Amino acid sequence: MTKPMPEVAPEKTEDRLIIDASQKYYKVLNQEIRLAVSNGAHAIELRNVNGQRYLADGINKRVKIHIHGTPGNNVGAFMDGPELYVHGNSQEQVGNTMNSGKIVVFGNASDVVGYGMRGGKIFIKGDAGYRVGIHMKQYKSSVPVVIVGGTTGDFLGEYMAGGILIVLGLTADGDEFVGDYVGTGMHGGVIYVRGEPVPAHRLGKEPARVELTEKDNALLAKLLKEYSTELSLDFDKIMSKPFFKYTPQSHRPYGNMYANQP
Amino acid sequence: MVNHNYQHESSGCGLVGIISTTGKKMSGEQVLRAVAVLHERGNGLGGGFAAYGIYPKYRDFFAFHLLMDTAESKTAVEAYLQEHFIVEHGEAIPTRNPSERYPQYSSGRNLEEILPEITPPAIWRYFCKPKRPEYSTDGLTDEDYVVQGVMHINENIDGAFVISSGRNMGVFKGVGYPEDLGHFFKLEEYEAYTWTGHARFPTNSQGWWGGAHPFTLLDWAVIHNGEISSYGINKRYLEMYGYKCTLMTDTEVVTYMLDLLIRKHGLPTEVALRAVAAPFWKDVDRMSEEERKLNEALRMVYGSALLNGPFAIIFTHSRGMVGLNDRIKLRPLVAACKGDMVYMSSEECGIREICPNPKRVWNPRAGHPVIARLEDGVK
Repeated sequence: MTKPMPEVAPEKTEDRLIIDASQKYYKVLNQEIRLAVSNGAHAIELRNVNGQRYLADGINKRVKIHIHGTPGNNVGAFMDGPELYVHGNSQEQVGNTMNSGKIVVFGNASDVVGYGMRGGKIFIKGDAGYRVGIHMKQYKSSVPVVIVGGTTGDFLGEYMAGGILIVLGLTADGDEFVGDYVGTGMHGGVIYVRGEPVPAHRLGKEPARVELTEKDNALLAKLLKEYSTELSLDFDKIMSKPFFKYTPQSHRPYGNMYANQP
Repeated sequence: MVNHNYQHESSGCGLVGIISTTGKKMSGEQVLRAVAVLHERGNGLGGGFAAYGIYPKYRDFFAFHLLMDTAESKTAVEAYLQEHFIVEHGEAIPTRNPSERYPQYSSGRNLEEILPEITPPAIWRYFCKPKRPEYSTDGLTDEDYVVQGVMHINENIDGAFVISSGRNMGVFKGVGYPEDLGHFFKLEEYEAYTWTGHARFPTNSQGWWGGAHPFTLLDWAVIHNGEISSYGINKRYLEMYGYKCTLMTDTEVVTYMLDLLIRKHGLPTEVALRAVAAPFWKDVDRMSEEERKLNEALRMVYGSALLNGPFAIIFTHSRGMVGLNDRIKLRPLVAACKGDMVYMSSEECGIREICPNPKRVWNPRAGHPVIARLEDGVK
């Protein structure tokens, strides 16, 4: 259940609690973050992060965490509320099964972004790796959003069950910006790509291209306004090219795989 | 009985590779630090390193690194080597006291961790040249002769295993965390232009000294994260060419396959990699006529060389380093470069630890190799 979140006063840099992560084992670092959050910190800055895993996992408070360096795998997993700003590249499984909150990555992300994500937003400025948004899902008002500014690897939206995936291809050269097997196993949610349609040979069997409606355009404008503001990108430039929309053709693509279902 | 309180953070193996393409040497301290950052990817059941350029004094000799369980195995190995090789020099590989651990710089790491005991076998090195007539008529090259020797020792001498056999290179490996093993082997005392390091997390085979990575033959060394599910097919294929798979783990076949395809059959590296990580038929169908023919021919001739299953490997030889993923990227691999240095690792943090600001960092595409070579003229 999504709890209403109290509004937080605008963040002031001097209010940030600074934690030096250099040479700190991930368990120790996470304990320090949790202690700071339970003591009421609203903003935390982690410096010299390198490879520490599970940062901010499962935290269910409204807190801003700035991460400087390269966070380890599963940053923001199971997170429910915080806003993470990664000033660098992120490794694998950003926002694994996250429930709400926001993760903004100013660099590139590796594989499996937003794995099984259930809510909240992930904004990647650069490129992302393989299997972005694998098995994302949604329930009622909880609709996860992943926006990738650059390119993605193969298996974008694999087994996707819900939520919104947007790929902008801002760093792309030609139509090779979404990799192969787009939406394979997709049975819910929506994928938008900008610039060019997904070439037929790169599209999985399950999704199909559908026309955008006014509602889609309004949704894209709203989400991309927020995205471009967070990442200081040119909103008009992003909107200057057309978008293409893909949705699953069936909600049960494998229903008849092993036996005929009524 | 199942212990439901057992907790483990499952992971995968950790890989690190470093090469200076101008042949600049560096001590083992860097690879040690990098692999120590990947600590969580291993579980203490294996770690190891390959180093190139470490024996300039014996550069013309094949450096046999051996693990030997008993005094009898050592006697048998030495008798075999004396009979078939000119042994220029033999000595125990210098080590520290196994109970002395790598000074952890990641504070708090060992708070609750029980470190595996390091109980080494006898670890020796012998610098050898094949003992054979100058104009031999057996049709073998010196390399073939060495391969036969390695296969003979591994298969026939109880408790003895050759862990490396190349010129001017060597492998140091065992059971434990890699950073502890690197400390044990005094890696900081070696100078090499290429280093690889591996943290092992054995899944389908046991953790034993010979089963740690890298797996080598001549100057090939392979470190691997994943599992080769085509092991049986690959093994039977290799056996037809005289390779004996004796090390009880899947990665061994990768090393021998590369030796067969590149050294014995003379395939260019890129073509050999096409055989082991072949493109899917649907992609072959979209290729130009010429490329399609090449890829079809490769699949027909080298179908049994295809490596199936998830993998990220880094393989090294005296002239370079190659990183390769399986065809659908089921294991991570990151590459980076700066100046004459090329880095590869399972995680970006392994690279950043020793090169905080690389010029370029990227995630290689599935099935597409990253190839780093020593510059022409570098000796």
